[in-house]
Amino acid sequence: MSQPLIQARDLHKYYPVKSGFLQADKTLQALSGASFDLYAGQTLAVVGESGCGKSTLARLLTLIENPTAGQLALDGIDVSFAANAATKKQLRQTVQMVFQDPFGSLNPRQRIGDILQEPLIINTDMTAERRKQEVLFMMARVGLRDEHFHRYPHMFSGGQRQRIAIARALILKPKIVVLDEPVSALDVSIQAQVLNLLIELQQEMGLAYVFISHDLSVVRHIADQVLVMYLGKPVEQGRSEAVFSHPQHPYTQALLSATPQANTERKRQRIKLTGELPSPLNPPTGCTFHPRCQHATAQCKATQPHMAEQGEVSVSCLLYS
Amino acid sequence: MTTTAASSSLSVTTSQSVRQQQWREFWFYFSASKTAVAGLVFLIGVILVAIFADIISPHLPAEQYREFAEIPPAWMEGGQIQFFLGTDYAGRDMLSRIIHGARLSLLAGCIVVLLAASIGIFLGLVAGFKGGWVETIIMRVMDTIMAVPGLLMALVLVALLGPGLLNAMVAIAITYTPSFVRLSRASTINEMNRDYVTASRVAGAGPLRLMFISILPNCMAPLIVQGTLSFSTAILDTAALGFLGMGAQAPLPEWGTLIAENRDLMLSAPWTVTFPGIAILLAVLAINLMGDGLRDALDPKLKRS
Amino acid sequence: MALLDIGNLCVEFATAHGALKAVDGVDLQLDEGEIVAIVGESGSGKSVAMLALMGLLPWTAKVTADRMLFDGQDLLTMSAKQRRKIIGKDISMIFQEPMTSLNPCFSVGHQISEVLAQHFGRSRRSHKARTIKLLQQVGIPAAETRLKAYPHQLSGGMCQRVMIAMMIACEPKLLIADEPTTALDVTIQAQILELLVELQQANGMALVLITHDMAVVAETADRVVVQYAGQQVEQRLVEDLFQNPRHPYTQALLRALPEHSQGELLNAIPGVVPGQLDRPAGCLFNPRCEHVQAHCKQTPPKRTEDILCHYPLPLAGQKS
Repeated sequence: MSQPLIQARDLHKYYPVKSGFLQADKTLQALSGASFDLYAGQTLAVVGESGCGKSTLARLLTLIENPTAGQLALDGIDVSFAANAATKKQLRQTVQMVFQDPFGSLNPRQRIGDILQEPLIINTDMTAERRKQEVLFMMARVGLRDEHFHRYPHMFSGGQRQRIAIARALILKPKIVVLDEPVSALDVSIQAQVLNLLIELQQEMGLAYVFISHDLSVVRHIADQVLVMYLGKPVEQGRSEAVFSHPQHPYTQALLSATPQANTERKRQRIKLTGELPSPLNPPTGCTFHPRCQHATAQCKATQPHMAEQGEVSVSCLLYS
Repeated sequence: MTTTAASSSLSVTTSQSVRQQQWREFWFYFSASKTAVAGLVFLIGVILVAIFADIISPHLPAEQYREFAEIPPAWMEGGQIQFFLGTDYAGRDMLSRIIHGARLSLLAGCIVVLLAASIGIFLGLVAGFKGGWVETIIMRVMDTIMAVPGLLMALVLVALLGPGLLNAMVAIAITYTPSFVRLSRASTINEMNRDYVTASRVAGAGPLRLMFISILPNCMAPLIVQGTLSFSTAILDTAALGFLGMGAQAPLPEWGTLIAENRDLMLSAPWTVTFPGIAILLAVLAINLMGDGLRDALDPKLKRS
Repeated sequence: MALLDIGNLCVEFATAHGALKAVDGVDLQLDEGEIVAIVGESGSGKSVAMLALMGLLPWTAKVTADRMLFDGQDLLTMSAKQRRKIIGKDISMIFQEPMTSLNPCFSVGHQISEVLAQHFGRSRRSHKARTIKLLQQVGIPAAETRLKAYPHQLSGGMCQRVMIAMMIACEPKLLIADEPTTALDVTIQAQILELLVELQQANGMALVLITHDMAVVAETADRVVVQYAGQQVEQRLVEDLFQNPRHPYTQALLRALPEHSQGELLNAIPGVVPGQLDRPAGCLFNPRCEHVQAHCKQTPPKRTEDILCHYPLPLAGQKS
């Protein structure tokens, strides 16, 4: 097995938040310690609800922001601390992103042809003729027709726009693609088409996917590895099959239990997760999940758990340490 | 595996037909407002009059007919057909002067808006995009300009630069710049956090490309509307400066100057001030109505279905 | 007598490209205490049909129906004033985006007591006790302190609970929920759905649940209506539908779910929902249908046994 395309070690990202004229700045702990390895042709799913830090992780992986602490290496190159412009340019061709909202991720005032050519204009010195060829080729690959080249985004459906977004992400031939809820805004039948396209492209181009989603049924289908996050911290991690069949962390169990299934016979006992997600500005002490956990003890309030291997997965829970 | 992704638009093969379709759609929404269309028609009329002023105008605007000074309009007692709207104190034909004045008013509107918009949009983009002290400096300077009443500031500037139509236009343009800066800064801040800008960033776009190619085209709708309305206000302000003697100087037939010259005749020869005033009124009204229609057509939130 | 009786509801919109038929022939009868789910993808007209019922469509919409009766009253010929007496009191609706459905300028308590004052008279203040009770009923902890809270101070789940409180304040006979949980996290979604079902059972309300999520339908509804491109293609009891879908679209939709995939790829439905300008002749689903026949491409199907198909799939145990 060759070198992993992504090596992340203990990534942290904090944001200072102003809280009034005479008060000290608070810190928003958006991401507190994510570690994983991802190889070519594999998919890592990052799963969690609002405020869990998955979008922050996406921003770190696509180099939009730098981590506050921790190491991140993409395709063997260390990017943790403000790499220079040339390296950044090189890395841009290694990692690209597909966004959640097919209606917002394409510039409404640019034609599709221009949107798709933009990465090439910025990063390569191809001739206009060559660029057009590349774009038409990629468009065909994702299922669009030549005549779509001149059209504007609002002339397309949600599924088609997402295809355009995928084409844009792949036009620089990256090795890693970060997908932030790529099918959440799509209808079921279109979702299936787009997911199939993503799977095919992965096999064809040997891409590594970081697939961020809250839809567990989709994740179960597409992911090789799963990373479950809660309020910026990873709580469970491991092979997808293992996590789904034997979830260890109480949050993972609650999440799976809360996900509805298209099966009328299974009106089962839900693990009722009471309460709301706490604010990331004021995380609970000790284990951040303890206010909502049915197995919480006094120790959980005081001590922070760490990730530890438990069978086939890694769990961050005091039940297992 | 290609799927037959049938788009819901017409079958389009060229960039031209896409543009045509967009114009058609724009016209559908614009023409929903009858007053806007009326305004547009009138404005086109004024533009044509301005372009063909030499041909349409019955007399030269500066030609004085001393024996025919202060003749009333043709339909009143003592009026003559050859001076349809009457003559002013120096015997110059009102109709001809008003027709040629259209050129000056439209010119004033254009130059003011172009100057104010180009400077204002650029400053607003930079302020919104960069933030920090750059933004603070730009916005505070704009706040200072806005704190002084527009016409007063224009007067001061003209006093500094010297009277004349060109200087008047520059002065007025400076007083209009803050509104463009505000609008474009607000739009920039709105659009900056959208996914498509982030996508361009991830693709490696630098600040110039982000500002002018990604963000600016999406801010145009409120700016176009502001430009249209500024056009009409510019005509009014130019006329005001002309009336005060600080704008276009006699014998230029700018509408405001016409009123100024004939100020003393307001009671004895009212036609000399009324018709230029009506010309200003109708032009400004037409542009405002058209601007309303433009806003409705360009504002996506108001679009039906 | 059915609580809600809609026959052949059609809604047409005037657009830049001509008339758009957003809803084409929807029939729905609902009794008290029933939960019906309307399921469909974008462009299926599921929201538009219910908005037409509530009279909430813009001026460009033309609503026609053979009958639209609620509790014996005719909604089609009703005046706007009469309608306002019913909407919000006997029929209520909650929407998808809880954060934007509430007025950001007024506190939560103000908005709920406003609804009560509107329909029961008296001042807002006099309804304070009932407002607190409603907030408790929807599971908001420390209800008295929340009265003065503003929507932006609450999370999405809380806002949706407040919306629900507002909408059940007048004890409606029918509650329409338009994608109430789509914008919420999974665990909150489970809580809200459970709350809706609890309230529905406690108050004997009828509930119409509009959603695109088949899994939610399976776990919540008694009866299901499936819509495609504005038309009603299938209407069955929920168990029957999931075990034995009879319309090819329903069958394809169920098979496209990730949990029903066999192997690497999902069973996607080829093609897209027809838009305004590319509506096929004959059956609207025919370009994408697995079982299409020549007849389907020419003649629009008529509804038989609540299924809009020339050749409905056979019931289990039946020969085709």
